[in-house]
Amino acid sequence: MLQYGTKIVAGVTPGRGGGEVNGIPVYDAVEEAASRFDVSASIIFVPAPFAKDAVLEAISSGLSPVVVITEGIPVKDEIQIMEVARLKGITVIGPNTPGIITPNECKLGIMPAHIFKQGKVGLVSRSGTLTYEIAASLTAAGLGQSTCLGVGGDPVVGLSFVDVLEMFRKDPSTEAIAMIGEIGGNAEEMAAEYIKKTNYPKPIAAYVAGRAAPPGKRMGHAGAIIMGRSGTAETKIEALRDAGVRVALKPGEIARLLKSK
Amino acid sequence: MKLFEYEAKEIAQQYDLPVPKGLVASNAQEAKEAFLKLNQPCMIKAQVLVAGRGKAGGIRPASSDEEASKVAESLLSMTIKGERVAKVLVEQKLASRHERYISIVVDRSSKCFTLLCSSEGGVDIEQVAANNPEKIIRHKIDPLIGLQEFESRFVAKKLGYSGKQMNQVSSIITKLYQITLDYDAELIESNPLIETENGELIAADLRILVDDNSLFRHPKFLERMKTFEPDMTPLEVKAREKGLAFVELDGEVGIIGNGAGLVMATLDMILDYKGKPANFCDVGGGASEERIASALEIVLANPKVKVLLINIMGGITRCDDVANAILDIQKRMGISKPMVIRLVGTNEEEGRKILAAANIPSLNTMEEAAAKAAELVSKVK
Repeated sequence: MLQYGTKIVAGVTPGRGGGEVNGIPVYDAVEEAASRFDVSASIIFVPAPFAKDAVLEAISSGLSPVVVITEGIPVKDEIQIMEVARLKGITVIGPNTPGIITPNECKLGIMPAHIFKQGKVGLVSRSGTLTYEIAASLTAAGLGQSTCLGVGGDPVVGLSFVDVLEMFRKDPSTEAIAMIGEIGGNAEEMAAEYIKKTNYPKPIAAYVAGRAAPPGKRMGHAGAIIMGRSGTAETKIEALRDAGVRVALKPGEIARLLKSK
Repeated sequence: MKLFEYEAKEIAQQYDLPVPKGLVASNAQEAKEAFLKLNQPCMIKAQVLVAGRGKAGGIRPASSDEEASKVAESLLSMTIKGERVAKVLVEQKLASRHERYISIVVDRSSKCFTLLCSSEGGVDIEQVAANNPEKIIRHKIDPLIGLQEFESRFVAKKLGYSGKQMNQVSSIITKLYQITLDYDAELIESNPLIETENGELIAADLRILVDDNSLFRHPKFLERMKTFEPDMTPLEVKAREKGLAFVELDGEVGIIGNGAGLVMATLDMILDYKGKPANFCDVGGGASEERIASALEIVLANPKVKVLLINIMGGITRCDDVANAILDIQKRMGISKPMVIRLVGTNEEEGRKILAAANIPSLNTMEEAAAKAAELVSKVK
């Protein structure tokens, strides 16, 4: 992130205050860093058992957005985090996300920056490496990205597809959107409803992973599970198509679908 | 992690949540003794984690200790939808006047726990939701202050209870929520909550699904997971021990990749190329050589696998680590199945060089790899 130019001013690890990593000072508490520097955002790598505490600490210092990279946070913790964030007007990205990147400007995440290129496609995804796969194919097709944001693979997350689509709608740098979904939950269906309701003004192409997934089995991500008959890839694809979204059946097809708008 | 009915009911008893009187039995003799202790007509219920045991004949009455013994023996020799019946619950038989549905679930889009109830109990709630949505009561639970007693009473009233019964049901609902919090449940469901002929309210069936991500703070469940996990295959159990996300399927193309979404997409692509995935396996980000080697071992241990497809799009994951892991496994146990490897990302050049030196080709794109793998399967046949 430093190499990319992200202005990381401090690190916080309780117990390691006074130290330094890559020239960046480390503190015991967020408040110490916040009182010394002009900080506005936070990115969290704290292991799952302690993540809620770390996120709440960042929120209590008014940092926003808080990008939560951590995977494996209990859903009960996530539910509390999101409510506190909501009440305090804080934006949470993730958990279980690779983060957010605006090519040539800023990276708050773990994605390999070199595959992204500045451009006009907004990329929003529940995935990690599948996002890189699609970003790479967009770049190769000459379709750079305005901003790429991972909403995360967990069942309860901060920014949703709908939130990000709304941001992209208002973003003058974004002219088209690539959306990457997967099985589980109803985030894609809610996005489809929102797209219809707003008569979404920018073209959207989507890919939904998990057509081969059996019901009742968690496919890696905590949120990637078909419960009973809900959350299948087919219902999501149908809902999106019904909303006028072009749905790719292969990750590489997204670029082609966006080009042929 | 799914809990057995008897485990859920044992927890309920600790909270004074009324459940039928019952005893667990692992063999016919224990079932006989359980019946004698209960001293009344019973239902013998197979303890399995799969759904649909009723239709599969997994719940049968017994009106004598001899019968309990025979029924238990029969149930304990059954396999229901692939799951062996290891225990039965010998439970008092209760006649019900009314049956209702009460559950607490994680409402993903509302980002909170939600009380989901219906006056239609004892049936498939998804059917009720589809056919009679007006019969579904949904009540969101405040994430910070939790479920208040007045809210439980409110829902009990909506379910049609009044007076003393309203208070009883309200107490049951409150206890269900307490259990949800204490045990990190993603889902707790009583289907049905019954009213007996004496007017007693009892959770005749109880199901609890514990959040897998919370197991680190439930050591008893972690222990239980190590010794007894009936709804996972032996390979799945081994994979979990190694920290791998792994789901066994029934096809012939073994699949390993880095990233759940990428792996799901790979499975989908194999299907599109008319192949059948043998498994889902995500080694995760930044996987060590050791972890990748474990993944190879486990996927190849499945006799159904005819071709192995590895799809790596390395961010934190290093391609040279992947290459070295492949060579390591080849040296240690040999890889007799044809391999198709797609390797791009961090240290891509080194990775491919290492493989090339061992005469293992690697491909650039996911599509080429999936197409090749599917093609190879038909050749191996």
